[in-house]
Amino acid sequence: MAKVRLTVNGAARELDVPPEMPILWVLRDVLNLTGTKYGCGTALCGSCTVLRDGEAIRACVEPISSAEGTALVTIEGLSANGTHPLQVAWRDLNVAQCGYCQPGQIMNAAALLARNPSPTDEEIDAAQQANLCRCGTYLRIREAIRVAAGEGSTGRGGDS
Amino acid sequence: MSRPVWDLFPGGGGVTRRSFIRTAAAAGGGLILGVSTACEGGGSRTPAGGRSVGLEGGFSPNVFVHLHPTGDVEIVVARSEMGQGVRTSLAAVVADEMEADWSRIRVVQAPGHPDFGDQNTGGSQSVRNHFQRLREAGAVARRMLEEAAARQWEVPAAECAGRNHEVVHLPTGRTAAYGELAEAAGRLQVPENAVLKGADQFRYIGRPLGGVDNLDITVGAALFGADVRPPGMVYAAIARCPVVGGTHRSYDAQEALRRPGVLRVVEIPPAESPPGYGSLGGVAVVAENTWAALAGRDALRIEWDLGPHATHESSAYRASLEAAVREPGRPDRSEGDVDGALRAADRTHSAEYYVPYLAHASMEPPACVASVTREGCEIWAPVQAPQTTRRVVAGMLDVPEDRVTVHVTLLGGAFGRKSKPDFVLEAVWISKEVGRPVQVFWTREDDIRHDFYHAVSMQRLEAGLDDSKRVTAWLHRSAFPSISATFASGIDRPPADELGLGNTTVPFDVPNLRCESCPASWHTRIGWLRSVSNIHHGFAVGAFADELAALAGRDPREFLLDLIGPARVIDYWAGEENAYGVDKRAYPYDTGRLRGVVELATGEAGWGRSLPAGRGLGLAAHYCFVTYVAQVAEVSVTGDRLRIHRIDCAVDCGLVVNPDQVKAQMEGAIVFGLSLALHGNITMRAGRVEQGNFDDYPICALREVPEIHVHIVNSDAPPTGVGEPGVPPVAAAVANAIFAATGRRIRELPIRLAGV
Ligand code: FES
Ligand code: FES
Repeated sequence: MAKVRLTVNGAARELDVPPEMPILWVLRDVLNLTGTKYGCGTALCGSCTVLRDGEAIRACVEPISSAEGTALVTIEGLSANGTHPLQVAWRDLNVAQCGYCQPGQIMNAAALLARNPSPTDEEIDAAQQANLCRCGTYLRIREAIRVAAGEGSTGRGGDS
Repeated sequence: MSRPVWDLFPGGGGVTRRSFIRTAAAAGGGLILGVSTACEGGGSRTPAGGRSVGLEGGFSPNVFVHLHPTGDVEIVVARSEMGQGVRTSLAAVVADEMEADWSRIRVVQAPGHPDFGDQNTGGSQSVRNHFQRLREAGAVARRMLEEAAARQWEVPAAECAGRNHEVVHLPTGRTAAYGELAEAAGRLQVPENAVLKGADQFRYIGRPLGGVDNLDITVGAALFGADVRPPGMVYAAIARCPVVGGTHRSYDAQEALRRPGVLRVVEIPPAESPPGYGSLGGVAVVAENTWAALAGRDALRIEWDLGPHATHESSAYRASLEAAVREPGRPDRSEGDVDGALRAADRTHSAEYYVPYLAHASMEPPACVASVTREGCEIWAPVQAPQTTRRVVAGMLDVPEDRVTVHVTLLGGAFGRKSKPDFVLEAVWISKEVGRPVQVFWTREDDIRHDFYHAVSMQRLEAGLDDSKRVTAWLHRSAFPSISATFASGIDRPPADELGLGNTTVPFDVPNLRCESCPASWHTRIGWLRSVSNIHHGFAVGAFADELAALAGRDPREFLLDLIGPARVIDYWAGEENAYGVDKRAYPYDTGRLRGVVELATGEAGWGRSLPAGRGLGLAAHYCFVTYVAQVAEVSVTGDRLRIHRIDCAVDCGLVVNPDQVKAQMEGAIVFGLSLALHGNITMRAGRVEQGNFDDYPICALREVPEIHVHIVNSDAPPTGVGEPGVPPVAAAVANAIFAATGRRIRELPIRLAGV
């Protein structure tokens, strides 16, 4: 079968996988990049969000063929050592509970800030609405995005 | 790799002075303490009602503190992390008393092992059970480091004080780093007395502290169940019978085996009846990757024998529960003469409340990696109960337990689901069959259709008021299939411990009061879901109290405070333990504290303020897991559209170890409670679950989440759990707010305004 050529977190790859295999499973099972999570498999939860040429996509439903010639970025490649402003804000506000949904939340927010560096609350809500978190960390997610955009309060969520 | 610290204790060196802290010598050196917290707080009860292991088998440490000569401190924690922050909180307690620098602390997850005491993580009990002894362990480590410094400097130990990772000689200001002292301290005897800090000296306890896994989580390095990849691992997806108690009659795997990447098809024997912790059985497709396994599973042709529960229908079952609560049940708590008081009442009122089956839907579905070899079995899994897991796996493989190792990964949410190791048994079975490490993967549909559901329930409440509008009679009937029936046959109603979750524990000061349980047959797996039967009991009791306030024509807050009555200790449990298996004297059920949270929540929410038409405030308060919570919801209703604007939550959980964690748990519990109040609805048709994913089993998303304000009561009572107690009041507070806004009563979850 034809090889799929793309870059993943900056590294060029030639992948010998079925073209219809969802990006999620290529990342997790072929490339061992397990930071991207499965939550629903049907584009309902956002856990699997990665960037394809800068745009947030649901890796569970997008076939790897759709990434031919593109640049994929996963949570592992968002920054060196977790220094992206979103990652920093996420830690400062102690956003995560179990942490499982958070890579998808962060990647989704990264795409938002890349196209809109100062989103309003309404824009944040619209962008993150389909990223589910069963632990219920939503308010901190919104606040961390504000902080990363340079608009929110800093410091721990505990200080309200 | 050097031996793990927990292996150094059984029979290994160590000097014991205290019964629950010992030292051990290690290659590589340093100070190692093993701490047993098993017996604290009068023992603890698992949510299953089982007893925790005590010290009868000898010294069994379950927390380990290892100060390396480099100055790094490893703290081994034997409780499972599922987002409740236990790894952070337990380590913070040790580090505080030890005067260790938080940045030098590394938390290591312990595997499942009987030596670790009770590892079952549930019942909101981790901090409650471990707090005091962990403090003492930290204080002992500090004392030993001070002693080591004193000897080195030849000064009295009383002149030396541990301060932020070094010992200071107070008269001279001379210092020695903890790492330099680790070797010498490790050779000392465990001191008989170590003085605990005063609360004003706490460095981490009582302060917000970021989670120890935050960095890993934000860079995608945190390892959950499906992220473990031992060499040679293959992936499996399983087709399970859609009805509990059924099995595959025959199957055809030809098509599946033709799919690219599919390696094998393996039959898993059917579940026993009732299934207990066992696997459900089915047909597994083993493949080179998850996607191939799923495609292979789709290609299986299976004929099912659906078994005896294929007639289970939600609507008919609801009618049977309704009929059950309209007849007298088994009295589980009875005071005064309820029937006489109802007859004599000036006014009576009754209402029935329905809550459907609920699924856990943790974002991480069950997942497990197992590797069975001739030597034994190694498991990596997000389990809440690693010891139970070990025991049932050893039983299935028929090998001694010490041949089974359970590595506990992070849990991507659990809420009670991952205390059942059925998914682990599946992986173990398949690995045994294929002779390779296997990852069993559950899709969201697998998770929602094969859960251990929160029990569907019907409750009937009836009360009588006298002519001064005081409640003189309270009758509460509860019918729901018992968790126990998943584990043993012949159980037709919940036992005392499931009723002690919000039914028989009703805190009201009513002279004639009876709680009854009514029969409910069992048709699917029932399990613990975050706060368990407090979910439906809290909803019904909280909503009915509000109905009575309206009947009495009184303000719901004043009425509720009167119903709770004066501050007193409620004690109707025989024996030394209350409904949560803790010592009644150490953790009295104090209605004064319940009043306290009602007053705090309503005060902060501005109770009584005037609101525009269509807006209302609703109040509910609930005691569970030895913690007191009250919530005020502010909602508006426009036509059939409900909006929740704000929730004020007051919590009294005793002394607070990590206030930000308490706040986070309350925020999370409120969102969890809103999801079940607004959306959660698992229904059965011909024995099958009708839902399958977040489109038909929705959970709250960002836009639905209101402003949340958490108010923590300042207390020096012993600390109690916060993982669950924030859930039960939510639905009642929202329902009561809807009544305040519209005059419409909500007696059924999920809340539906259309057609009410
Ligand atoms: S796993 Fe892709 S959106 Fe849920
Ligand atoms: S943090 Fe657990 S699902 Fe979002």
